[in-house]
Amino acid sequence: MSPRVQVYLIAVLLALIGAGLTAYKHFELGFPLLPGEYRTVWTIEAKVGFEAEGGPVKAALTLPRAQRNMEILGETFSSSGFGFYIAQENDDYRALWSRRSAEGTQSLFYQLDVYQRPGAPLAQPLNLSTQVQKPFLGAREQEAVRLAIYALVEQAREHSSDVESFTTQLLIELNNDDNQDRNLIFRHYADSTLVDVALLILATADIPAHRIRGLYLEDDRRRLAPEDLLEANDGKHWIVFEPTTGMPGVPENFFIWQRGGKSLLDLEGGRNSQVTFSVIANDVPARDVSMRSTSRDREALVDFSIYSLPIEQQSIFKLILLVPVGALVVVLLRVFVGLRTSGTFMPVLLAIAFIETQLLTGLAIFTLILILGLWVRFYLSRLNLLLVSRIAAVVVTVVIIMAAISVISYKLGIEQALTVTFFPMIILAWTIERMSIVWEEDGPYEVIVQAGGSLLVAILAWWVMTNRYVEHWTFNFPELLLLLLAFILVVGNYTGYRFSELMRFRPLVK
Amino acid sequence: MRQFTFRHLFNKVRGGVISPLVLRDMGILGMNARNIHYIARYNDRRKFPTVDDKLNTKRAAGQAGIPVPELIKAFETPASRKRVMAVIEPLWQFVVKPARGSGGKGILVIAGRNGDKFRKTSGVEVEVLDILRHVNNIHSGLYSLGGKPDRVMVEALVDFDPIFQNYSFEGVPDIRVIVFRGFPVMAMLRCSTHASDGKANLHQGAVGVGIDLATGKSSHAVQRGLRIHRHPDTDFPFDQLEVPGWHDLLHLAASCYEMTGLGYLGCDIVLDRERGPLLLEANARPGLAIQVANGVGLRRHLRCIEGLDSEMLGKRVEQRVDFSMRTFAADL
Repeated sequence: MSPRVQVYLIAVLLALIGAGLTAYKHFELGFPLLPGEYRTVWTIEAKVGFEAEGGPVKAALTLPRAQRNMEILGETFSSSGFGFYIAQENDDYRALWSRRSAEGTQSLFYQLDVYQRPGAPLAQPLNLSTQVQKPFLGAREQEAVRLAIYALVEQAREHSSDVESFTTQLLIELNNDDNQDRNLIFRHYADSTLVDVALLILATADIPAHRIRGLYLEDDRRRLAPEDLLEANDGKHWIVFEPTTGMPGVPENFFIWQRGGKSLLDLEGGRNSQVTFSVIANDVPARDVSMRSTSRDREALVDFSIYSLPIEQQSIFKLILLVPVGALVVVLLRVFVGLRTSGTFMPVLLAIAFIETQLLTGLAIFTLILILGLWVRFYLSRLNLLLVSRIAAVVVTVVIIMAAISVISYKLGIEQALTVTFFPMIILAWTIERMSIVWEEDGPYEVIVQAGGSLLVAILAWWVMTNRYVEHWTFNFPELLLLLLAFILVVGNYTGYRFSELMRFRPLVK
Repeated sequence: MRQFTFRHLFNKVRGGVISPLVLRDMGILGMNARNIHYIARYNDRRKFPTVDDKLNTKRAAGQAGIPVPELIKAFETPASRKRVMAVIEPLWQFVVKPARGSGGKGILVIAGRNGDKFRKTSGVEVEVLDILRHVNNIHSGLYSLGGKPDRVMVEALVDFDPIFQNYSFEGVPDIRVIVFRGFPVMAMLRCSTHASDGKANLHQGAVGVGIDLATGKSSHAVQRGLRIHRHPDTDFPFDQLEVPGWHDLLHLAASCYEMTGLGYLGCDIVLDRERGPLLLEANARPGLAIQVANGVGLRRHLRCIEGLDSEMLGKRVEQRVDFSMRTFAADL
């Protein structure tokens, strides 16, 4: 295999791996491809309020379970003076607060952060008993109600073909004020809600059904009472119905707190209990959401990556990860444009210094150090020193110049110049040395050309490296480095003309 | 200096940019193509030291019987003042060079003496101390690629053939021949000018004169990318220029192929009054300016050689030179 083919093969392989990992991270782990993407994280707070009677108190609150379209990012409990634990009772989680004695108004809080996954299926599989307990309607005074219920069931059955359409029909009728049967039923069950009645009728019709408690996620809602949905089984699946419209399916933004099962709150030793909810929407950077939701599963790709480092090291890496991008800029400018610089990758180091110092300050400091350094170097060259000592002397001079710039500018109140320390001293000393040689051999014009070329490359590299997209990609998708590597390999095979050659060979064209 | 700078810039801007397709049709070799198609393919890395270190080149040339300027002394290790003085004291003219210098950097030419002082070709006088510092700098690796410690060579100054006197200002004219797989494919004469400060670097303003491979006569001359017909300082017309002993010179260049084993090679040759052509140095990464000096692209010539069969490629130096002189005659 010729080297050329090998290069393309390796490049394709690297590119595939890089792109694949990136795609996986984006689509599966939800890392945002673009910076500044925000996701809405709902903070739901359940407040359990009751009057304690002075004796031992025990409150049990049913907790929501993870759902396909809602990801629970974190939970917090407040339990002032109460003992607290979470108990699992056949598939149900309940928060249990208990206290030996309490009196007066009590408030207990449970808070959770929920992220709504876009595009996830709303239907949830559920494994719940489908046993139907027929209501007792045999009493005499219930005669009329029984007949009304049978009439409603009959009517709905006639207008439907299966459980789903039956339930929908039934709910529509139950919402119809003109239906006399319906009015009769509601008058009889005056204390019951729509869902209670619907459940009763479904049981009569031999359809397994239960209640769903939850809330609609809307920003800045306080003291919400939980809302009810209806869920019926058609023999194979459970289907959720919105009771007031009869539409099947979970409404958007509905957060299911409890499906079927027992009560929402059980309280012993208190009265006037109630559970109220409040909902707040927070806009959180999408990456944080991904990080929080993957941290629990310990995704290997995330766990064995830069994110596992302490924050301080992460910020150093943020800079290091930009170096390849700078190198790419240098490669492009040299291979495609043909710019001359002093030292191949010196401009990248300069660019990194510029990131820390801001561009204009960096340029000013660099130029100042270069000029002062050259001036000192010219004097040193008359002293007939050995090269190593001379460069060391230039390094010391550079350090002194840097210190002087820092101190003087601080005294003058220009804090920006304090960042001077980010300049790579040794590189600067060598640059000064080379420049002075170039000056002696090729004259000042060449010095300006080379220093200008280096600065131009450094500015371009700085510009690319500070681009927010580039910053975002290199840090959040280090896999893209493989793609970059593939690209650099391919560029290494470029045999076409450089841009500078298009001008250089101009005289050849008559 | 400055006026040339501006004119140079102006020409670049005025000339603008040409289409890469035009360049390709003309067979111009670009830097990237040179690196990948020729240097990487035909120049074995292991053979680079022969040409990258001029002391090695000299040794190899000695074995191959190729004439070179006389080496007076090589300082392998940092030299004391005494040792250097012992070498240069009896000399009237000499050249101090780094063995691994790149791009003609670090070459100090002493053309004469004035009492204790040494006179450079430009007429500037330097002291012994300056020469010592120069030797020191070379040893420290100031002029070598990557700053590696280097060796110092003290060479006899070539007694230049006066034939080029009229075409050179202050400096040393040398002839660059590109030898591809043993066949000379293109040649140019580099004449220093006042603008180039006595240096033979084309980008500093030296004149590049394309030499017709068939005859050794000038075919084209360029300064700073512009075609010229007379030397800017001496005003002599280039069309009267003819390199004497052209066949011998090409023979020397072509035999560098056997000496170095490098397929794509640039040979820098000077003409000595007495000894004829001498190999100054060989270059494994010869530049592309030779195309501008000749006004033609290298690609066609290189392709022609690449298309030869193995029998032709195995020919002796003599036949290769004949082939090149026949094939690559400039069409005037």
